[in-house]
Amino acid sequence: MITCKKGEKGGMYQITRAKQLTDQIYLFDLTAPRVANSCLPGQFVIVKMDEIGERIPLTICDYDRETGSITIVLQTVGASTMKMARLQVGDTFMDVTGPLGRPSEFTEMPIEELKKKKFLFVAGGVGSAPVYPQVKWLHEKGVGADVIIGARNKDLIILEDQMKEVAQNLYVTTDDGSYVRKGLVTDVIRDLVENQHRHYDYCVAIGPMIMMKFTALLTKELNIPTIVSLNPIMVDGTGMCGACRVTVGGEVKFACVDGPEFDGHLVNFDEAMKRQQMYKTYEGRAILKLQEGDTHHGGCGNCGGEV
Amino acid sequence: MDVLKKVPVREQAAKVRATNFEEVCYGYNREEAMEEASRCINCKNAKCVQGCPVGIDIPAFIHQVKEGDFEKASRIIGEASALPAVCGRVCPQESQCEGKCIRGIKGDPISIGKLERFVADWARAEGIRPEPPKEKNGKKVAVIGSGPAGLTCAGDLAKLGYDVTVFEALHKPGGVLVYGIPEFRLPKEEVVQAEIENVKALGVKIETNVVVGRSVTIDTLLEEEGYDAVFIGSGAGLPKFMGIPGENANGVFSANEYLTRSNLMKAFDDNYDTPIAVSRKVAVVGGGNVAMDAARTALRLGAEVHIVYRRSEAELPARVEEVHHAKEEGIIFDLLTNPKEILVDENGWVKGMICVRMELGEPDESGRRRPVEVAGSEFTLDLDTVIMSLGTSPNPLISSTTEGLETNRWKCIIADEDNGKTTKEGVYAGGDAVTGAATVILAMGAGKAGAKGIHEYLSNK
Repeated sequence: MITCKKGEKGGMYQITRAKQLTDQIYLFDLTAPRVANSCLPGQFVIVKMDEIGERIPLTICDYDRETGSITIVLQTVGASTMKMARLQVGDTFMDVTGPLGRPSEFTEMPIEELKKKKFLFVAGGVGSAPVYPQVKWLHEKGVGADVIIGARNKDLIILEDQMKEVAQNLYVTTDDGSYVRKGLVTDVIRDLVENQHRHYDYCVAIGPMIMMKFTALLTKELNIPTIVSLNPIMVDGTGMCGACRVTVGGEVKFACVDGPEFDGHLVNFDEAMKRQQMYKTYEGRAILKLQEGDTHHGGCGNCGGEV
Repeated sequence: MDVLKKVPVREQAAKVRATNFEEVCYGYNREEAMEEASRCINCKNAKCVQGCPVGIDIPAFIHQVKEGDFEKASRIIGEASALPAVCGRVCPQESQCEGKCIRGIKGDPISIGKLERFVADWARAEGIRPEPPKEKNGKKVAVIGSGPAGLTCAGDLAKLGYDVTVFEALHKPGGVLVYGIPEFRLPKEEVVQAEIENVKALGVKIETNVVVGRSVTIDTLLEEEGYDAVFIGSGAGLPKFMGIPGENANGVFSANEYLTRSNLMKAFDDNYDTPIAVSRKVAVVGGGNVAMDAARTALRLGAEVHIVYRRSEAELPARVEEVHHAKEEGIIFDLLTNPKEILVDENGWVKGMICVRMELGEPDESGRRRPVEVAGSEFTLDLDTVIMSLGTSPNPLISSTTEGLETNRWKCIIADEDNGKTTKEGVYAGGDAVTGAATVILAMGAGKAGAKGIHEYLSNK
């Protein structure tokens, strides 16, 4: 039974913790009882900061059914996320909707079956945020999982300590070698499977599209069934607009209702990456507007200029 | 005055309105309304009322307009309809009340829609609000979706004394009235929000950001949150695409996405953060009201706009008034034309569309003549944006998460037309979730039927 209803605006969607994790990644705890009460790993929320704000899909990184609170993590990529990053404890989001999308497939499998499987999670950059609740959920059910966290450099690694607590084995890697080891997540997977002869039945890879693409290519070669989580452009998040359509196994799917998790061996990543660029020039312009005020009128080569 | 001719309604000039989002039609003023009302012959067995899905006592309210008692007129409309300012603007009156008007046999029918709009606008300006019922009956009803079906059902039940909460998935109530129909046809703050406030004045609560099927299920509402009955008015669902090559290119949108960005997210207004494609040349594929709305929105955002429709003008499903307005504003109609392929540039963006000319053959199952391709008539439209407006298919979110709620072979929820009863006890449904995409007023009719069904059910329980 939910006691905190919307309408009492102050109480809803209030930020109870705000933390900058890296240069571009921010974590917030906020009150959203209906979401906290029903969400499962794999699902996401859409948040809207204020009246003029965009609807932004964000990962649910953690949730507490007792307190009615959820943890979200965002990476600043456009003007809207940059504005959100400035929010502090006590501030509120105007709107938080969810949980959206389907829960991870394994949450619907019998626990006994899960216990027989060897799981490998691969988290790239901010992808640690959606991976964490999945590993935690399995850990709480007594199912162990190995986790690889990869990032461009040491400063971009998030949730390492939290992950350590719930992962069976945690492997950290950086592209530039500034932390633990130098290499891509795919190098670690190959090392684990080919050199250390680890066997995995099930892989979940979440991170930048390019990382998921190459992880899926490798796991296909290694014959490990692989789930990826897509984060395409969305508006409503309930199936109504079709902005988030992706091609999976030759069929058009809507990430918000059919996903966001799909069979990584069937996703058309190249198309998905192109579709993510759709509003790039608008975003560029919006960022400049945020930084310079409404005085930027093109000529920078990034924003597409005045249209 | 020529009683055979209706009093013309003032509109914003086509050239001017093609560049702004202000309302197209200005509506009647007091004198015009009273003059138009005086044409009504006040039929005893009024056909117009039979043509109204919510059964407004049309001759009675028009009589009050003629007498100049607009408040009484608004009370008469209010007995049957919760959204008169909306309906006066977007109902297809020509095929409903006005289509049945006796005056229409020889001359113009009474402009019932414009009169309804006048009365509703007058009442709003005067601050006339419906009053909540004196007594509550202590029973709780959940309404899913705050579009025309849900608001109507909620309003009717509130008047009967029920404690009604509406759950809306989006951040703003109104459903298609807010995300779908553009500002220039239906002003959002002034008209839609005001009518929603009127429904709230009856005691209806609205909880936004609740996606039923995800945030909470119907079974939870009934079993844990203490609701005695549920009405599902969750709307049409997922946009359809054609399945032609190039459809996932950048610059191809569903009409739902394009309109949601502009209407709900206010992307047409630079002060809002949500972006919308700035297009040079747009093809809108489809011929319904939604296609007209998308086309006229794109035009106002500065593009050259083509409607691409595979049948001829006579078969356009859109209202005649909408087609007329679109043409006046400069929308180009490429009729008897069907897309074959969307051409994509090296960066993944739309650069054109291969179309084929069509001709009409034998009638198909819909009774309309089936369009067939003219061999060898392919040609290319040079474009940067394509908007697909081909209708919707039902959203499975609620039906797949509600035990015992059955759907038909089109995946629409099965519900009785007369009372909205579904296959699950205590659960009623109506509107596009049941019928597939239809009109605002038909959804309101279904909301009314659902309220009646729920009242019967809970009165006997």
